[in-house]
Amino acid sequence: MSNDVALVGVGMHPWGKWGRPFQSYGVHAARAALADAGLDWSDVQLVVGGETVRNGYAGYVAGATFAQALGWNGARVATAYAACATGAQALDTARARILAGMCDVALVVGADTTPKGFLAPNAGERYDDPDWLRFRLLGMTNPAYFALYARRRMDLYGATAADFARVKVKNARHGLANPYARYRKEVALDEVMASPVVADPLHLLDICATSDGGAAVVLTSSEFARSRGLPALRLRAVATVAPTFPNTVIEMPNFATDSTAAVAPADLTFRDSIAHAAYEEAGLGPEDVSLAEVYDLSTALELDWYENIGLCKPGEAEQLVRAGDTTVGGRVPVNPSGGLACFGEAVPAQALAQVCEVAWQLRGVAEGRQVEGAQAGITANQGLFGHGSSVIVSV
Amino acid sequence: MANGNATPAVDGWFTTGDRPALLGTRCVQCGTVFFPRESSFCRNPGCAGERFDEVELSRRGRVWSYTDARYQPPPPYIARTDPYEPFALAAVELEAEGLVVMGQVADGFGVDDLTVGAPVELVVEPLYTDDDGATRTIWRWRPLAGDGAGTGAGDDSSGAGSPGATGEEGSR
Ligand SMILES: [Zn+2]
Repeated sequence: MSNDVALVGVGMHPWGKWGRPFQSYGVHAARAALADAGLDWSDVQLVVGGETVRNGYAGYVAGATFAQALGWNGARVATAYAACATGAQALDTARARILAGMCDVALVVGADTTPKGFLAPNAGERYDDPDWLRFRLLGMTNPAYFALYARRRMDLYGATAADFARVKVKNARHGLANPYARYRKEVALDEVMASPVVADPLHLLDICATSDGGAAVVLTSSEFARSRGLPALRLRAVATVAPTFPNTVIEMPNFATDSTAAVAPADLTFRDSIAHAAYEEAGLGPEDVSLAEVYDLSTALELDWYENIGLCKPGEAEQLVRAGDTTVGGRVPVNPSGGLACFGEAVPAQALAQVCEVAWQLRGVAEGRQVEGAQAGITANQGLFGHGSSVIVSV
Repeated sequence: MANGNATPAVDGWFTTGDRPALLGTRCVQCGTVFFPRESSFCRNPGCAGERFDEVELSRRGRVWSYTDARYQPPPPYIARTDPYEPFALAAVELEAEGLVVMGQVADGFGVDDLTVGAPVELVVEPLYTDDDGATRTIWRWRPLAGDGAGTGAGDDSSGAGSPGATGEEGSR
């Protein structure tokens, strides 16, 4: 039996630094997604909100906040939080209720207003919170973790600063025509490499910013979409896997990996296992996807994802970006939306924004960045504290 | 270097003295090592262990990867100098424990002194001065000269408070 549900509507509020309450982006995106689906707010039976942790109580109960802002309509509400993977968790919650036959129409919304600069932990002395301790004891920011992965690519695989910069140049070009992208400007290789080093070897332009933004997705049961004659895409997989012990790659915000003293590590790393689970669920493989939206928190991390989602073997990602394989027009375009390089991260909205882009690509309406003949797309990201996120959508 | 008034910036994570070491715990039942310490329930999913021995982790390891902090990290990080001076960070693989452990890199060393796979040794150095004027210390990884690495012997002379690091510290 199929675990598909129908993806019938997507909508976004443009990313930027608008300085408005997160609800306003969420409602904008939700209305856009409903209009896109050709459904009315009164049709919605479940609202799942992606929690934002930086906007007080309204952010903690995001599902209810959005439902109230849209005008209480009697729909059930739920709220999900999984750091950067929040959108996928929210999507998974909606899908599960639909598959369980508990509702036919679900609206999933994520939105955020984010602070300037490094994402810092909440205030107060918290000696039992690793996210607080890593700043106090190590001065270890998020870019520092990304830089560790980048440096390994250099020392192990011969990656260069120019390879990382190529990712930025590519994504900047992809995002030029995307009306939802915050940064829509070509960037030259030299510009990336001449920007200040933040965490060696990563330059300022290798690292994504934080943004305001909102994204929404409307899901229905396959039967409902059919009965209403809605043009639907197939949501084939939502992988929200957690790591398998021992997790041997050091991750934000941890001080150390798990120990391999007693148990040998699994064949797949955690990041590998995220896409692997999605492929398995969808019954597809890397050769079946026409495009990918991956979490380029840093340019170098995008290269890691090429390998994690099976586009190439470990150590080969640099060849892909050099050959233009992952540029629109190439073998398997990655981040045709422009990625985080052009958006900046709006945490609870970002995984949904990835799904929005895949939907537009599959419908053939991604003007100026269209992957010709796209049949299936995969998204991938990873949230703090062991949250996998990979979504596969097909025509 | 760490004088009589210096105290660790966090309790129970590392020892001080001539041969400082990180303090972890080891599950009595399965042997899994934890850093920072785990004292309640073993996190090996196949182990029901609830008893742990405190263990000193290897003082030497190999660099898994490294970076630096060119800009002052946000609070609760407390900068030691004004203006801010960048420092390096390393993730270090400890073979015996099967762990990779983060740490700042010792004073006087930067990313140019590091490569993936290179040997390093644990030292304890000042991290910041607290509100009472007391020095708070932290563990750091200090690069070992090329070949001396991995011999495991004769490393006492290169313990905490190497002349280079002390000299640089004094000049700030
Ligand atoms: Zn155990």
